[in-house]
Amino acid sequence: MKAGVLALQGDVEEHIQAFKKAAQELGISIEVIQVKKPQDLKEIATLAIPGGESTTIGALAKRTGLLDALRDAIKEGLPTLGTCAGAIFLAKEVRDSVVGETKQPILGLMDIAVVRNAFGRQRESFEVDLQVGELGTVRAVFIRAPAFIKAWGDARLAAPLKHPELGQIYAAAFQGHMVATAFHPELSTTVVHKYMLNLAKK
Amino acid sequence: MIGEVYTQLEKIRDFFYGLAEVRDRLREAGVTWPKPLPEAEVGTVRVKIGLPAMLRRGVIMDVTNVEQAQIAEEAGAVGVMVLDKLPYDVRKAGGVARMADVKVIEEVMSHITIPVSAKVRIGHYYEAVILQEIGVDLIDESEVLTPVDEQHHINKWAFAVPFVNGCRELCEALRRISEGASMIRSKGEAGTGNVSEAVKHFKALYGAIEELSAALRAGDEEKIRDYARRCQAPIELTALTARLGRLPVVTFAAGGIATPADAALMMWLGADGIFVGSGIFKSQDPRERAEAIVLATAYWDDPEKVVEAQRMVSEKSAMMGIDIKTLKPEELLQVRGV
Repeated sequence: MKAGVLALQGDVEEHIQAFKKAAQELGISIEVIQVKKPQDLKEIATLAIPGGESTTIGALAKRTGLLDALRDAIKEGLPTLGTCAGAIFLAKEVRDSVVGETKQPILGLMDIAVVRNAFGRQRESFEVDLQVGELGTVRAVFIRAPAFIKAWGDARLAAPLKHPELGQIYAAAFQGHMVATAFHPELSTTVVHKYMLNLAKK
Repeated sequence: MIGEVYTQLEKIRDFFYGLAEVRDRLREAGVTWPKPLPEAEVGTVRVKIGLPAMLRRGVIMDVTNVEQAQIAEEAGAVGVMVLDKLPYDVRKAGGVARMADVKVIEEVMSHITIPVSAKVRIGHYYEAVILQEIGVDLIDESEVLTPVDEQHHINKWAFAVPFVNGCRELCEALRRISEGASMIRSKGEAGTGNVSEAVKHFKALYGAIEELSAALRAGDEEKIRDYARRCQAPIELTALTARLGRLPVVTFAAGGIATPADAALMMWLGADGIFVGSGIFKSQDPRERAEAIVLATAYWDDPEKVVEAQRMVSEKSAMMGIDIKTLKPEELLQVRGV
């Protein structure tokens, strides 16, 4: 099986390692490729969109024609994980906690509303033990992380957290073959990547 | 008389103990530090090396005001570095170069969504305290500013905000990491528009790592131990670097990068990302150049895309640049702080 990591910008190497380790733990053999061109999407059974800067990833994807190709592939059922910037990229509604509305290019595929930089600046970045739905407890690393505040349609929120200003927020979302996390599973655990590989096998 | 002084002193002592108790009570109630969650840990090593990891394959651009910061963000920069003067102008201006205006940094932070970095002078603990206090995302302890401590760099373990430090070769990089740097960049020769020194620094860095890795593979632990001793760096860190075949933190290229081709070259030499200083806002075409350098950095391994990026800019618009051979030894910035 081939897994792909969108390799425009962000912590691509960490996702490649996480996929490899997850496959090893599941006892399956995989190859992980970097997705930089539309044709790369045809080869893969699952995709991770890494953490990074969502504005940069969006601008580059739009410029190189990858934005539409990605949207089509994911719509057609490619199991896709978006972490942090990747989650923002997948969401239908995006707002920034400092500057409000943003005009950044996004995929707009998941029925969730996201607030960027919801916890503050890097100084307020943190790690915490978190219950992520049926995936169990994970050590979750939040870096200038977004938060999910609303879901509709088929999307389902998980990993609830109490935010001092926003109140009840969520750090994970599931919608069919799409998974979004506000934190970075690639930095601390393989459970999310294992979940993606299991989705890909079906 | 003596007895009266003693009573006064006791009152002062009680007052301070009282203050300490109030502080401890506030701390217990979680008032002193704005933690997002009671059980969450802020400023951990994972969080501090995590931010630079997210900047990989990206470009951080030097800016001096909000307009430039917005141009950088629109062009796809992963971050901006706020300075009082661009390195090229620091060179021209002479005098003491210090941390940027706090008001300018705060204004930039309130207008863009990407991470905001700022530079502090080497060894200037208190400029760093100020930047952490106002909420800067990444602090650059930089030789471009005038150093205040010729002997010591800042103890970066004491901060919750990650630091980036410059290096010219592996020993310097290992010392900075052992002082708590979460990210390393080449020093290059800032403000010259000449990438040759950055190239030299990256080759020195990776040449030394390759030698250590070869020694480790050959089971020559003595060589690793000797190298660490000579560098005044921890043996564990030196051995880890040899085992990884790279620095254990993210490593960006900086110093003299002025064109998309320069950026692609540094990525090819093993950089995780790019800092561009004077190269963008000292050119005639900052918007196009910023976008082109972002494209060339992300697609450095795709010559077709690098050509496209290079076509977006004109050599006639590039910053003039300074040949390093024409600089006097005392004008070099890279020799500051080892």
